[in-house]
Amino acid sequence: MRTPLSWLKDFAPFPDDAGLLRATLDDLGLVVEEIEVVGEGLSDVVIARIDEITAIEGADRVRRVVVEAGGGPLEIVCGATNFELGDLVPLAPVGAVLPGGFEIAKRKMRGVTSNGMLCSGRELGLGDDHAGLLILTHTAAAPGERLIDVLRLEPDVIFDVTVEGNRPDAWCISGIARDLAARLNLPFSFPSLSSMPLRGSETAERASLEVVDTQLSPRFSVAVVDGVEVGDSPSWVVERLEKAGMRSINNVVDASNYVMLELGQPNHPYDLAKVQGPGLRVRRAAPGESLTTLDGVERSLGVAGRSVGDTGTDVVICDAANEILGIAGILGGATSEIDASTTTILFEAATFDPITVTRTSRRLALRTEAAARFSKGTDPAVLEAAIDRFGQILALSAPSATMAPSPLFVPEAPPTPLEVVAPIDRINAILGTSFEVSEVAGLLGRIGFECAVDGDKLTVTVPTNRPDIRAGEPGVADLAEEVARTWGYSRLPRRTPTWSQPGRPGARQAERARLRRVLCGLGATEAWTSSLVAPDQARSVGFDEEEIVVANPLTEGESRLRRSLLPGLLDAAGRNLDRRADDVALFEIGATFVHPSSLPGRASRAGARGSGEVTMPAESERLSLVLARDGDDATSALAAFSAIADALRLSRVIVATQDEATSPALAGLHPSRSGVLVDKQTGAVVGVVGEIDPEVVTHVAPGARDRRLGWLDLDLDVLWDPGAVLRRPLEAAPISRYPSADLDLAFVVPDPISVESLLDAISEGAGDLLESVRLFDVYRGAGVDDGARSLAVRCRLVALDRTLDDAQLAEVRARMVGSAEALGCRLR
Amino acid sequence: MTGLDHEALSAIVTELTAAISTVDDLAGLDEVVARATAKDGPLGSLKRSLGGIADLESRKSAGRAINDALAQVTAAADARRVTLAAAARTEQLEADRLDLTEVVIEDVRVPVVRGHEHLVSQTRASLEEVFVAMGFTVTEGPEVETDWYNFEALNLPPGHPARDMYDTMYLEIGEPETVLMRTHTSPMQIHLLEAAVEADALPVHAAMAGRCYRLDTPDARHLPVFHQIEGLVIDRGITFADLAGVIETFTSAYFGPDIHSRLRPAYFPFTEPSAEFEITCTICRGDGCRTCSRTGWIELGGCGMVDPAVFEAVGIDPTEWSGFAFGFGIDRCAQMRHQIPDMRLLIENDLRFNRQF
Repeated sequence: MRTPLSWLKDFAPFPDDAGLLRATLDDLGLVVEEIEVVGEGLSDVVIARIDEITAIEGADRVRRVVVEAGGGPLEIVCGATNFELGDLVPLAPVGAVLPGGFEIAKRKMRGVTSNGMLCSGRELGLGDDHAGLLILTHTAAAPGERLIDVLRLEPDVIFDVTVEGNRPDAWCISGIARDLAARLNLPFSFPSLSSMPLRGSETAERASLEVVDTQLSPRFSVAVVDGVEVGDSPSWVVERLEKAGMRSINNVVDASNYVMLELGQPNHPYDLAKVQGPGLRVRRAAPGESLTTLDGVERSLGVAGRSVGDTGTDVVICDAANEILGIAGILGGATSEIDASTTTILFEAATFDPITVTRTSRRLALRTEAAARFSKGTDPAVLEAAIDRFGQILALSAPSATMAPSPLFVPEAPPTPLEVVAPIDRINAILGTSFEVSEVAGLLGRIGFECAVDGDKLTVTVPTNRPDIRAGEPGVADLAEEVARTWGYSRLPRRTPTWSQPGRPGARQAERARLRRVLCGLGATEAWTSSLVAPDQARSVGFDEEEIVVANPLTEGESRLRRSLLPGLLDAAGRNLDRRADDVALFEIGATFVHPSSLPGRASRAGARGSGEVTMPAESERLSLVLARDGDDATSALAAFSAIADALRLSRVIVATQDEATSPALAGLHPSRSGVLVDKQTGAVVGVVGEIDPEVVTHVAPGARDRRLGWLDLDLDVLWDPGAVLRRPLEAAPISRYPSADLDLAFVVPDPISVESLLDAISEGAGDLLESVRLFDVYRGAGVDDGARSLAVRCRLVALDRTLDDAQLAEVRARMVGSAEALGCRLR
Repeated sequence: MTGLDHEALSAIVTELTAAISTVDDLAGLDEVVARATAKDGPLGSLKRSLGGIADLESRKSAGRAINDALAQVTAAADARRVTLAAAARTEQLEADRLDLTEVVIEDVRVPVVRGHEHLVSQTRASLEEVFVAMGFTVTEGPEVETDWYNFEALNLPPGHPARDMYDTMYLEIGEPETVLMRTHTSPMQIHLLEAAVEADALPVHAAMAGRCYRLDTPDARHLPVFHQIEGLVIDRGITFADLAGVIETFTSAYFGPDIHSRLRPAYFPFTEPSAEFEITCTICRGDGCRTCSRTGWIELGGCGMVDPAVFEAVGIDPTEWSGFAFGFGIDRCAQMRHQIPDMRLLIENDLRFNRQF
């Protein structure tokens, strides 16, 4: 909200120190986003009369002008052309410093000396017009007079204040002034002009008022003003409105806006002659009714929208014949507008249910100034003052206007203010302070909360302009905030609390950190791709299931939740390859989402419209790795997994043989170079490893299509489930102090027998003496039967208590070979 | 010439489709197609001869017949192309076959290059570390939430004007506007407190981080998908002074001893009193610069005492327990600490950027 300091000064004698005021406003929670200084640096600018205009030879953009500015003819070079002989314009003489720090100096152009500068409105910081010089219409002004005297300009500061949603009381000049005065300990009072004279018959005889639903419009008032001449507002009113960011329309609309800005009460002047009855009727819109609003759009009313809890309740203002004039608290219709011929005004000031206004304005996408204010709640007790102030301001420009006595109010009296009982202990317990009861009463009193003190207990009367203060215990918290604000947050005590429970990272944080370390150690860099993806992205990598659709996406390309990390990571790898990055290896740890129709997630309390439960999408946290370095392929992905398995102490996770591989898990992967990772003991599927399907690569990352892209994807929810994936015991295994011996064995192994089962058979045969066994060569071809391959393994044998001799080694060898042969393998 | 030689046309079509059905590689197929569509090919020559037909109607119908024939040939070629491509792919995949159960892991060599954790992960981890040291338990929760957890239980009932502050992404699951992408990490407060009440496990001293979503058009300072970290302390005798103390301790621990915090009034429906917390500008160290609008302070996050309405929603007695919550953007923290001009760099995954951290 744009807040001129000059306007604030109507309410309290504020100092001119803009820095102090800004800091104070900030500390009150009335955050100043920007400060604008106007009228500064204009004290040297004088009025000049154009006496002579001549062309300069050889110059077509500038002319020579001679002006009279009180000190005899002055020659000036000027580029503007919008003036004539005799016009009065502002002159910045040599030596003047304009707003923004520009100093005027004597200059010579094409042989003509320029003794100053004739200025546009923009150059003086007096508006946006820079098309030409500011031409003054104040004919009484004499050359040489100071511009600030003629325009009665006073330097002013405009604070652009952001008012929080719970402070509707501060969303007006008087509200900001009240808070500021309280903090600075300055006397606060409302300014007053002469009220408009009351004449003629009672308001009740001039217009009717019926409020059908007082829940939706808790207080409503109308006044009638006669003898109005629609015309211009006084210049200071125009100036204030403009500083506050509003345009001047005519004296009636200006007075209405002035009241809204000053008191925070939106209001509406109707042309009484155009209102049937005349009178107003406030009611709920019937379903299907409609109104063409001032913006020319036909609005359909009374029908519930999509938004949670919207019942389609709209409040409308009708005339006495029940025809809709406007949508209450949001926007009027065109039929009863003020125009040049208006002489009698029906002035409306009312309050409306904030939630109803919020819903209607949201559903109709009509976010007007009035709607924004009513959404946050307005003061039902300010209506009398609003009517009076409207009369005061309008009377300045319509001296013969009068108001009908006894404006109508429904209900007659404002609501009884809320009382909150606040024991001083509670306030101190919330704030950590040790205020005396009288201190609190004093702080609250300064911002209009009357406090009755009874021992340690305060009974606080909440002003009606503070709808944010609640009853009961929540109200005590609300009052504590007011105490803190008025005292100053920065002056409150600080204490560092302690408790006996130790801090600790969650189990997942520790595991994730371990995974990240392993992957970074393997040369992979972490990526962050969006969880929001394009339609059919999941399908393009093989997930043929229902997608999770965002009902209101930013763009179509971000309208689904990701099902897999593959497309995002592949795209990121492709872009890096396109930029000729070396050693592209990327990983990501993040959530993927499955539609409940495919995999029902947890049941969760729905809230709002659904008081029951709703089945949520399953959220699966995954780790994916794409390897796109020279030489990478499925084996590098497998090696990466092997490192992870070691770091996480996985007991026995193996690549399932191809025929065991379930196809859905391998969606998007190379069909003959990928496999499923399975816990050997529990059968749980941990993830997949292999290469990305070349077709998918061509489609998603064409720049990478000539490479094999290694791929690893782990389901972390499974990986971290101790029942699904077994870990090696934490106990240290003993290490032998005796020399070990290696035995290399090569077997012809029929294809159906897996490497794993051969290694298992050998281990079983060797018993305790086997330290390790690993595959080191695979051979197919000459010398080996069709349908079989030669597998060479290295067995390292050692005993804990002795050096194995040849006889013992031979015996172990025989047992290992025997065991392998029993499986169906033949020693080569 | 009086008309089209239909016999010749059908012979041409038969010949071409036969060639298409027998060709056994894609290159061969391309050749056949090129022959069929060439100007001087059999169909092309036939088309050129149409000029000799005097009758306009006959000429038109002959033209149509030739076009139909061409379409027939093209369709056959397209169908053949699909078959051949599938066969070529099968052959390629078979030739490529690699049995991952037989890989000799020890033979795999990888480049000696150090990878880099994402800046946001690093930032999150260091923040979590600070909170653990301060006695917080780290926990986390789901990204998809319901209206209850994201809004209602946090004292934001349906129709509440403050809901406008959160530009919410809704999902088409369940009743309209009940299932949504969480707009902040605060729903975790409700999950934690519900669980604590259920298990009779108060007090709670928790920090929770995670991904959040809002309908914000991406710009230098906003991303529609972003990360927040949230703290929640519920214990006996906790006051606003404790909140201010924790914020100050955290600020100096994370940003450095010369960076301080201050609170100023703000509004969040789920805390009362509420505050915005600002820290000493990390650019000018408090002297005042462009970044901090010459105030010496920059805004980091929101905080406040847990509102009695939140306690009521989860069934906690506000006269026995009290507490505070605070939250701020992890990405924003990273942006401030490393002076990243544009937040979008965080999601571009350009290795030249990611490898700097």
